[in-house]
Amino acid sequence: MTAPLVGASVRRKEDFRFITGQGHYTDDISRPGQAYAYFLRSPHAHAKIKHIDAGAARAIKGVAAILTGADLAADKIGGLICGWMIHSKDGSPMKAGAHPALAVDRVRYVGDHIAIVIADTLAIARDAAEKIEVDYELLSAVTTPDKAQASGVAQLHNEAPRNTAFQWELGNKPETEAAFKAAAHKVKLKLKNNRLIPNAMEPRAAIGEYDQGSGGYTLYVTSQNPHVARLVMSAFIGIAPEHKLRVVAPDVGGGFGSKIFIYAEEVVCTWAAKKVGRPVKWTAERSESFLSDAHGRDHVTEAEMALDAEGKILGFRVKTLANMGAYLSTFASSVPTYLYGTLLSGQYAIPAIHVEVDAVYTNTAPVDAYRGAGRPEATYVVERVVEEAARQLKIDPAEIRRRNFVRKFPHQTPVIMNYDIGDYEASLNAALKLIDYKEWPARKAEAKKRGKLRGIGFSTYIEACGLAPSAAVGSLGAGVGLWESAEVRVTPTGQVEVFTGAHSHGQGHETTFAQLVAGRFGIPLENVEIIHGDTNSVQFGMGTYGSRTSVGMTAIVKALDKVEAKAKRIAAHVLEASAADIVLENGEFKVAGTDRKLAFHELALNAYTGHKFPTHEIEPGLKESAFWDPLNFTFPAGCHICEVEIDPETGVTKIAAFVAVDDFGNVINPMIVEGQVHGGIAQGIGQAMLEHGVYDPESGQLITGSYMDYTMPRADDLPNYKVGLTVTPCPSNPLGMKGCGEAGAIASPPAVINAITDALGVKEFEMPATPLRVWQAIQARH
Amino acid sequence: MDMSGEVRIPATQERVWAALNDPETLRKAIPGCEELTKISDTELEATARAKIGPVSARFKGRVTLSDLHPPNGYTLTGEGSGGAAGFAKGQAKVTLVTDGGATVLHYTVKATVGGKIAQIGQRLIDGAAKKMADDFFEQFSLLAGGASQAASQSQTAGENAHSPLFEVPLWVPVSIIVAGFVLLGIVLMH
Repeated sequence: MTAPLVGASVRRKEDFRFITGQGHYTDDISRPGQAYAYFLRSPHAHAKIKHIDAGAARAIKGVAAILTGADLAADKIGGLICGWMIHSKDGSPMKAGAHPALAVDRVRYVGDHIAIVIADTLAIARDAAEKIEVDYELLSAVTTPDKAQASGVAQLHNEAPRNTAFQWELGNKPETEAAFKAAAHKVKLKLKNNRLIPNAMEPRAAIGEYDQGSGGYTLYVTSQNPHVARLVMSAFIGIAPEHKLRVVAPDVGGGFGSKIFIYAEEVVCTWAAKKVGRPVKWTAERSESFLSDAHGRDHVTEAEMALDAEGKILGFRVKTLANMGAYLSTFASSVPTYLYGTLLSGQYAIPAIHVEVDAVYTNTAPVDAYRGAGRPEATYVVERVVEEAARQLKIDPAEIRRRNFVRKFPHQTPVIMNYDIGDYEASLNAALKLIDYKEWPARKAEAKKRGKLRGIGFSTYIEACGLAPSAAVGSLGAGVGLWESAEVRVTPTGQVEVFTGAHSHGQGHETTFAQLVAGRFGIPLENVEIIHGDTNSVQFGMGTYGSRTSVGMTAIVKALDKVEAKAKRIAAHVLEASAADIVLENGEFKVAGTDRKLAFHELALNAYTGHKFPTHEIEPGLKESAFWDPLNFTFPAGCHICEVEIDPETGVTKIAAFVAVDDFGNVINPMIVEGQVHGGIAQGIGQAMLEHGVYDPESGQLITGSYMDYTMPRADDLPNYKVGLTVTPCPSNPLGMKGCGEAGAIASPPAVINAITDALGVKEFEMPATPLRVWQAIQARH
Repeated sequence: MDMSGEVRIPATQERVWAALNDPETLRKAIPGCEELTKISDTELEATARAKIGPVSARFKGRVTLSDLHPPNGYTLTGEGSGGAAGFAKGQAKVTLVTDGGATVLHYTVKATVGGKIAQIGQRLIDGAAKKMADDFFEQFSLLAGGASQAASQSQTAGENAHSPLFEVPLWVPVSIIVAGFVLLGIVLMH
């Protein structure tokens, strides 16, 4: 018997095509007769559109059409939606400002869409866009959440007084206040979670196509969830009924959340394809991506923790201002609420928690889910405050965590979540060993001799993945169910095609899903094909985000169960035995205790010929499908520890060591999981030390709009990570898996900042830790 | 963007003045300046082309004057559009002071840029605009020195606040210079 495939570090099947340039991304697709689109965008942060004159632009040879918000309105095309309803603490529904795909009378951020210019070539479209005269009446702009609710500042939406989309709360306020009254210690921090701009390697792109013969539309798009895109564009925006709209998300080069959303460009290209009678193709320039991809984070928070004399946490209260940008993006409202407040208990048994979140509009790009989505913000708040508590109470940072860990499962937190399983002490201990914590004082002393400030920072994080039982998310305001579906089709010659509603945009599904199937049936890995991303071939799906592949894989398991059961019934007839006596071993269906057997491919052929079993009892063919609704979130957790060294002369900060020990339950492919951890930590270190999306506070211009000003982490910014795994198998899915895609980005920022504040001996410090900021903090100490 | 500076030009105020009043001198001194058009006593238009590396854009700018105190100072409000490159808006205060045999021109500029130029090069605008100013004055000083003969001749012909050769008030060229700073300095970033 060969080594089991599940649990093996199998090389990624998809990488050969990616690294040899043979992937098929949206921009690689060209449709006959296609025209090219260019979007005219607002150069102003906030302005009334008094008049648009496109006459001179339309007269340019090669221009097929110039369409504006008025044309969309005339065709009764609806605006973009936010699909998660949040209610304020007074019971009122959130105030979502109208979000037309092309601005009608007002633009609200730099990059807001004004017109689509469609021409024979992209060059003509750009030239024509320059000839469009837009008469603006400039309005003042507000860009930061702390200013948005002030009187006298710009008001973005008539529907939302004081620029406030909702005022939400979770937890128990009286109990939390009582905890503070009883507290021996109170620890308070002001925290900012910096605005991040996603930078998937592949920029967003869309090709809209209309077939006059069938009356059907096709959209090729960089999406993490093509079925959701179809549903929203059909049911809410009104492009076409679902059966007349095919959405294809081919190879997608990174998403990190930013490709979940249904954006203006894909809606307008699809609609415009019918208007001009040609396919309409748009690919974002990197500059456009900076302006118009949904950004991430941007929270301002005050958090206070109550502790008893021994450092046991009694209560936690948090007030957060969340910057939503100019409009509520597709899932924006869920991020600073149910993906954030529900994680504020961390790994700790905290009796009372109360969180209040005001979500505000500003003249900036919409903010929505970005790798971690709410959980990085929550983890940053919890882990920064716990670390500060350790310092104030003079307790070792590992020890204060130990005193507060949840140790009995299941554990019901005061903020909805029911932790099913975990062993936080195990991952903490493993991480302490990896970093060699015993030798930490020696390393600090040795660095001091060299004139360097060395600091250590902890982050014992928990997050919630899977997104999640449909009834649960429905009760919290989600407009969709969050199950997943799969179809397993065995061919007559014995290969297996798996159609999954999950979408792969870097996660390695083609390998891990194939490991699962090949391992189950004992067939070669290359005999399994994973098909995803096309609403015409995949029965249905909710897509990939929130580290929810465990949901997609469980749907496959459920379909495999059905295939195996049917195969055994067929084998029983062919082998003239009872179905109960058939076993599947090493790719063969055997009659237990005999030498009678059928190879997997022989069974498959029998299923399709139908010669040897009663087809009136058992349908011919071997193809089954399943939907799986998860029973709970999965709760990956672990411990990241960071050590930094700071040059006090320059403020330059180097990560001297970084260890990560994660509990993702059972692991299908350790190499891919490790890759996900590496990538996540890189993004987290990027947030902690380099990345910052900044708008000019007066003009509302994005002043970090290119790689000259927005610093992405490079190889030499990152350390060699030491990573490890601990395992508590997840009880809510048959494979015992938890999510792993976001953990690195969630856990690492507080580890880094805790290390920097330790090195500097300061209490508060804002991300990103640029040399200038670190140097200023050093100067301020003297 | 905020920028201020002081330039000492090694010529008498009269000479500087005359040179400043020579549109041809200014056109030569302002990098990329193609056209200067006076629209009214308080308005003028300038067109300038800047080519930096692979990027070339033509900026059209309009400058309006206020707080006019000839010949000592003005406030200039300028706005320029570079099409797809974006826009620039700015305000500048300019003063001219005689200092011995030389002239000191002091300027403070407060400008906002928008669109692509703001997005791409915000961080470099200050430095680039400053360099633009330096380049201008280096060239201008050479030209002003060369024009000294004509300037002194014109001085004897008519002793008043206006150049007898070009019936253009002093603020016109100064405003062009400032508009040039605002617009062209910014174009560098595109």
